[in-house]
Amino acid sequence: MKKIFHMLRSSYIWIILFFLYLPIIYTIVFSFNSSRSLSRFTGFSLQWYEKMLGDGAMTSSIYYTVLIAVIATAVSTIAGTIVAIALSKCGKVLRTLIMQVNNLPLLNPEIVTAIGLLMFFASLNIKKGLLTMLLAHIMFCIPYVMLSITPKLRTLDSNIADAAMDLGATPAYALRKVIVPQIMPGIFSGALIAFTMSFDDFIISYFVTGNGVNNISIMVYTMSKRINPSINALSSIIILLISVVLVIINVVPIMKERRRKKNYEKILRNTSHGGIAFNSMRRS
Amino acid sequence: MRPFRKMAYPYVVWVALMIVAPMLLTTIYAFTTRGNDVKTINFTFANFARFFSDPIFLDVLRRSLWVALITTALCVLLGYPAAYIIARANPRRKILLVLLVTAPTWINMLVRTYAWMGILQDNGLINTFLALFGLQPLKLLHTDFAVILGMVYNFIPFMILQIYTSLTKMDPSYLEAANDLGADKVMAFLKVTLPLSVPGIISGITLVFLPAVSSFFIPKLLGGGQYVLIGNVIENQFLTSGNWNFGSALSLIMMVIIMLSMYITRKLDRDESREDGGRRL
Repeated sequence: MKKIFHMLRSSYIWIILFFLYLPIIYTIVFSFNSSRSLSRFTGFSLQWYEKMLGDGAMTSSIYYTVLIAVIATAVSTIAGTIVAIALSKCGKVLRTLIMQVNNLPLLNPEIVTAIGLLMFFASLNIKKGLLTMLLAHIMFCIPYVMLSITPKLRTLDSNIADAAMDLGATPAYALRKVIVPQIMPGIFSGALIAFTMSFDDFIISYFVTGNGVNNISIMVYTMSKRINPSINALSSIIILLISVVLVIINVVPIMKERRRKKNYEKILRNTSHGGIAFNSMRRS
Repeated sequence: MRPFRKMAYPYVVWVALMIVAPMLLTTIYAFTTRGNDVKTINFTFANFARFFSDPIFLDVLRRSLWVALITTALCVLLGYPAAYIIARANPRRKILLVLLVTAPTWINMLVRTYAWMGILQDNGLINTFLALFGLQPLKLLHTDFAVILGMVYNFIPFMILQIYTSLTKMDPSYLEAANDLGADKVMAFLKVTLPLSVPGIISGITLVFLPAVSSFFIPKLLGGGQYVLIGNVIENQFLTSGNWNFGSALSLIMMVIIMLSMYITRKLDRDESREDGGRRL
């Protein structure tokens, strides 16, 4: 009885995971299909990748997606870091006000944010295109960066930055040499979140773009009316890219942890009171 | 620390322009007629009246709410056992399973939804599979089933993660206490684990219901062009028929409905915990 229950338990989670990964595996497998069929794998071929690379609209959508994601990530990471640090020194009223407003794009349905921006850009006579898309992406990326930095800032000892300035550092120098290095992990993960948010965005981009500037999501949406296996090739490239980012996020901390452990072992081997050294290291 | 403070001011301007102004514009457009300019604003309720007097729009609203409710319910029912299993797994396996559940959400939703089109098609993967066993092909794509499947697929990871978080926060000594006091496993689950995981379910519902109500590309891809939810109507108003006033009114109606349902869900949660609070501890 207990065994059956246990088997049921472990198989259920694999069924859920199968459900979650089926479309992803399907996309990758059929991007290498030699025929147009979406249900029978007739043989391996790279023709859909070739077709995709020969399709000007598709390559330009990849170009714009990467261009926008890189610029939006860079700008929103820098701006988000500065604002998060500034807010941590601000009065409570201003801080809560900004954080509340900041949360609006995260809490509102994306389509509401999208139509608001569409009308905003139109009322200012800004032509829809690369610029509007960039501004919109920076807008929704900054809150994510701030959300990943703020908790790190809260644990920071503000006396260290004060000490640096007492010792003659200018505020900008103290910022660069004292505060930023301490919150670097938060900045790094904020930047990665911003990158994937921008890279994957569809709804907001779809409403604020124009002038032939399309990202990959918009491309897939507008091409989805007809069966086109090149989309699978395009999709597979996205999946590959995001997987690489995910692996970096998850493997880098593990590697760091390993390196730290090796260092512990070294210390353990070099000290006679190994256990004590190990314990005090861990506590710090 | 004063010098740092000033750096927040430009962001106040940015937020006012990029977040507050668009929301104000939406409200203004919703309450005015077409052909406004800077000087004249023609105030009206006509956009709202048009929506609530037209049975077609009311039908769309009803269907949107129905689809979102079914999606949310399925996410809770299917997601809870998964979250429970992950929370009870050994630490190494736990990390792996959480990672496996999270990873797909990082991949473009549109891309993953598009893949379902190929799987569900009349001559798609599922029907080819059924044919191997000599079964009749099913009409799957462009049905309610396909739309709800697409939504559950896209939103269930959020539900699983929320419930998982609330389950791991639970102090295991409560379960031991229940055990010591003579509760069997089912009883302990119903009286201890389930009530303590309600906050996780509530935040999961928020994360699923909100995008499900407003979604417009899932119904378009998996429901077909004829399948219209409120998100599709808003899309059409802005990108096809160009009636921004009516589209803005629709967005406001949708936001009010979402806020109301969030409020009700939260309130239900609070009442329940108050009622139960004395007995539980």
